[in-house]
Amino acid sequence: MSGSERVEVRKTYKLYVGGAFPRSESGRSYVVSDSRGRFLANAAQASRKDGRDAVVAARKAQPGWAGRTPYNRGQVLYRAAEVMEDRREQFVEQLRAAEGVGQRKADTFVDAVIDRWVWYAGWADKVAQVLGGANPVAGPYFNLSVPEPTGVVAVVAPAGPLLGLVSVVAPAIATGNTVVVIASQPHPLPAVTLGEVLATSDLPGGVVNILTGSAAEIAPWLASHRDVDALDLTGVDVDGDAGELARDLEAAAAETLTRVRRPEPGADWLATPGLDRLSWTLETKTVWHPIGI
Amino acid sequence: MTTLLSEATGSESALRRFLSGLPGVDQVGAEGRAATLATRSIKTTAKAYALDLAISMVDLTTLEGADTPGKVRALAAKALRPDPTDPSCPAAAAVCVYPDLAATARAVVGDRLHVASVAAAFPSGRSSLEVKLREVADATAAGADEIDMVIDRGAFLTGRVQQVFDEIVAVKQACGPAHLKVILETGELATYDNVRRASWLAMLAGADFIKTSTGKVQPAATLPVTMVMLEAVRDFRAATGRQVGVKPAGGFRSAKDAVRHLVVINEVAGPDWLDPDWFRIGASSLLNDLLLQRQKMATGAYSGPDYVSLD
Repeated sequence: MSGSERVEVRKTYKLYVGGAFPRSESGRSYVVSDSRGRFLANAAQASRKDGRDAVVAARKAQPGWAGRTPYNRGQVLYRAAEVMEDRREQFVEQLRAAEGVGQRKADTFVDAVIDRWVWYAGWADKVAQVLGGANPVAGPYFNLSVPEPTGVVAVVAPAGPLLGLVSVVAPAIATGNTVVVIASQPHPLPAVTLGEVLATSDLPGGVVNILTGSAAEIAPWLASHRDVDALDLTGVDVDGDAGELARDLEAAAAETLTRVRRPEPGADWLATPGLDRLSWTLETKTVWHPIGI
Repeated sequence: MTTLLSEATGSESALRRFLSGLPGVDQVGAEGRAATLATRSIKTTAKAYALDLAISMVDLTTLEGADTPGKVRALAAKALRPDPTDPSCPAAAAVCVYPDLAATARAVVGDRLHVASVAAAFPSGRSSLEVKLREVADATAAGADEIDMVIDRGAFLTGRVQQVFDEIVAVKQACGPAHLKVILETGELATYDNVRRASWLAMLAGADFIKTSTGKVQPAATLPVTMVMLEAVRDFRAATGRQVGVKPAGGFRSAKDAVRHLVVINEVAGPDWLDPDWFRIGASSLLNDLLLQRQKMATGAYSGPDYVSLD
């Protein structure tokens, strides 16, 4: 081998749907550039049909994932954090390329990503105690409120490379929902790498489905999809003409009473999150049970 | 060929000679052609037409040990009005059940739909002729106007074709006015050549329909198998003037599968078979996917399993 030049092994960045890594059904891809505009890679450009397939996969995975014990869900998420830790150099490199930041800043971000994931993993088996509980009632009954996952959540991830994506996906799956997420269009590579982490960390296929491409193209189909239970518009642009997209998405989602979370431009993802993102994809079930035999 | 045909059913050796004299199926070619036809793109108005046609061809089937009269009633009601939210949605072709539930199905659908009943020791076909005929009589007495019988695959595979032929003739006679569908169980016939021979055997014996499978054996209906059977009915009509229907069953899940079959009918047998009288699809979960696709065409938004019934 010595002397001869090695043939480069180039990577094809694909979607992550139903636990597999398919190319886009449309066969399209788009160019991803680094912070200085140089070519970085080609990423798959998902179509509405990839969105449809992702929702089918998410729906299929949802009962099984919600049926796991919350403790087990927390363990699986923690396992994902362990694998992320193994891959941290790859994440650091991808963040540096995407945003042009220095080693130290990229380190800080990857720390924050993994810590955020672990934080939500910890909440998996605690959220029911905090958001649910026994209610005092005037009668011989136990009255219990239990938070339950709402189902399939479609997410438009924030524009940043990874921390925003993790901050919106982790809380949704920690509580037993399954997710279809459209990754940031300019920075899809860390999202695909996250998919590779999830594929190798005991997370059942279909719990997280990652699409790369244009949110303006795919999101309307997810918003109007009758089998999507909640729509997270956190990453939707609201400036100028783009504001219309957010409004149209909300209107489409309202058609089937889909729960909507509105865009959050300029959110500070490094700040400590509250319980808000855990609770919005939960539905509270209240049960009356007679005291006695 | 007509002269050959008339001699074919004269004696066992003639029948065997005729069947083994049928040209073989080019397996690679058949699968290649089916795969090519499956890539045909059917969109917009053509898709809407195909979905409605496919719905009207469905033999809505439940063949489980756990079937109850309640489930059959619900299924029959669904066959009558597959999509209660949309009056323009066509009805299915028939309800397909076990003989003891045929009367239950008939009570719901009246004379608006066909009631098909499996019979003749379904699904294995392992029983005496006497028992099989008795079962057919039971089913027709209970109101079934279509009988789905299975052939004795053991006899066919060991070359006792005359026995299979005689059984089909006897069952056809026992059916009286009821239509006879003959299930070849192609998943157990091993080769396309056998599928072609069994198709001809069933048609010579008087089958009104030839059906791929019971749904209890994998693989069930595949596109190449249906294509080979469609070629057989086309050639049979050319030779005898009698048209025989085809019913693939089992293994259908998606509307896309159903539309692909419609394309193959049109290309292989011709548009004469694009009719619920000559082509049926035996399925249960397929109907839901057809309805979801239909709703997508109507509303422009993807639909979900919450908008159709469970069974």
